[in-house]
Amino acid sequence: MRKLIFAISILTFAVSAASADPVLDRQQIMKERGKIVGELAKVAKGEQAFDAAQVDTALKALQVNAEKFDADALFPAGSTDGDTTASPKIWEDMAGFKATEDKYLADVKAAAAAAPADVDALKAQVGVIGSNCSTCHQTFRIKKG
Amino acid sequence: MPRLKKLAGAILTLAGVGVVAGWMLSAPTKIDPQVIAAAGSGDAAKGERIFNAGGCASCHAKPGSKDEGRLELTGGLALKTPFGIFIAPNISQDSNDGIGAWSLEDFAHAMLKGVSPSGEHLYPAFPYASYARMKPADIADLYAFMQTLPAVGGKTGGHSLAFPFNIRRGIGLWKRLYLSNEPVVTFVEATPEAVIAGRYLVEGPGHCGECHTPRNFAGGSDKTRWLAGAPAAEGEGIVPNITSGEGGIGEWSEGDITNYLETGFTPDFDSVGGAMVEVQKNMAKLTPEDRAAISAYLKAIPPHPNGYPPRKQATN
Repeated sequence: MRKLIFAISILTFAVSAASADPVLDRQQIMKERGKIVGELAKVAKGEQAFDAAQVDTALKALQVNAEKFDADALFPAGSTDGDTTASPKIWEDMAGFKATEDKYLADVKAAAAAAPADVDALKAQVGVIGSNCSTCHQTFRIKKG
Repeated sequence: MPRLKKLAGAILTLAGVGVVAGWMLSAPTKIDPQVIAAAGSGDAAKGERIFNAGGCASCHAKPGSKDEGRLELTGGLALKTPFGIFIAPNISQDSNDGIGAWSLEDFAHAMLKGVSPSGEHLYPAFPYASYARMKPADIADLYAFMQTLPAVGGKTGGHSLAFPFNIRRGIGLWKRLYLSNEPVVTFVEATPEAVIAGRYLVEGPGHCGECHTPRNFAGGSDKTRWLAGAPAAEGEGIVPNITSGEGGIGEWSEGDITNYLETGFTPDFDSVGGAMVEVQKNMAKLTPEDRAAISAYLKAIPPHPNGYPPRKQATN
């Protein structure tokens, strides 16, 4: 009986660990992030009409997305296997990685709080936000086939 | 016994001939001085465009510098490749540690022939295999622009390479195989001008093929898989396929490519990453016409499947 309980507890532990796959979780967040930035960029480039309320909603969604980014939970030690493009540099320099993400969050918060009133104001904010993407991907992501 | 002696003699003679031939074939050759003289004295303002297209700062700026600091070309960046570690040298205007004492002729020899002022071969980590396709007038403009940049002292360390790559003279043989000023992709007559302009930027100063084209065992670009993507020369990962072949950017429109070069965002709003970040910053400084030309060329070149092996499937 004891053995069985032990086996079950091991099994449930394994299952719960597998269902909370940090690789999938972080990819989900990045995909959502790209989608929201894409919406904002289309407006900033004039491909879509500027609608202050819509922009406000998108910026707030971007902030919620940024706040979901918990480096410790999403990038636990050893989550380098599998279908990931995360660079080992994340774990070599976790403090630097977190600082990069913190700066991004601060820029998104500032943009949401600023509530851009026209295309030019939005363009400036998108520029600031967007520069964070390449800064982080330059060091902390590896392109894979 | 005499027969054996004869054979040994023949082998020695052959080896001797081989050494002499190898020595002759590997001799550094310089560019015709008349070609350089005809290029004129150069226009610094025009040279800035070439400087950005050529991505000089990406390797030669002080590592970690930003904005104006990118114009302090102290070198020092280490390129860790399968051949060994290359250190980008100081190419600032310092006359001792940089290239401040170089004449236009010296500069042209380096850019177009990969030969130093003292007549030594330079390693092709400096992408003269691409720069060899540049117009002498652009070399003169670039030279003029670089003379406006600051002189910063500080000699960089030497490369540390494994045998046989540490024998500079051997580069002469490499050049016989891989150094050419001919375009890689040939187009039919009446090809749009933008495509031809893009070819010049991509194959020449832009030296895109140096990373985006796979190399053979000797480190030469495999032109049958031009721009098909390659395993990253440095560290892990790959450099993407930028042809329209499978795995490439066939679904990107010319506008998508132009936009990526300007903003760093892919059509699905992923961002530029890795070594391309610095390249894209340079591309953003070009004119919209130049970026459009690059896009036009990339859409016009032969498609290839990925030039790197497929990714290993996840095991868990």
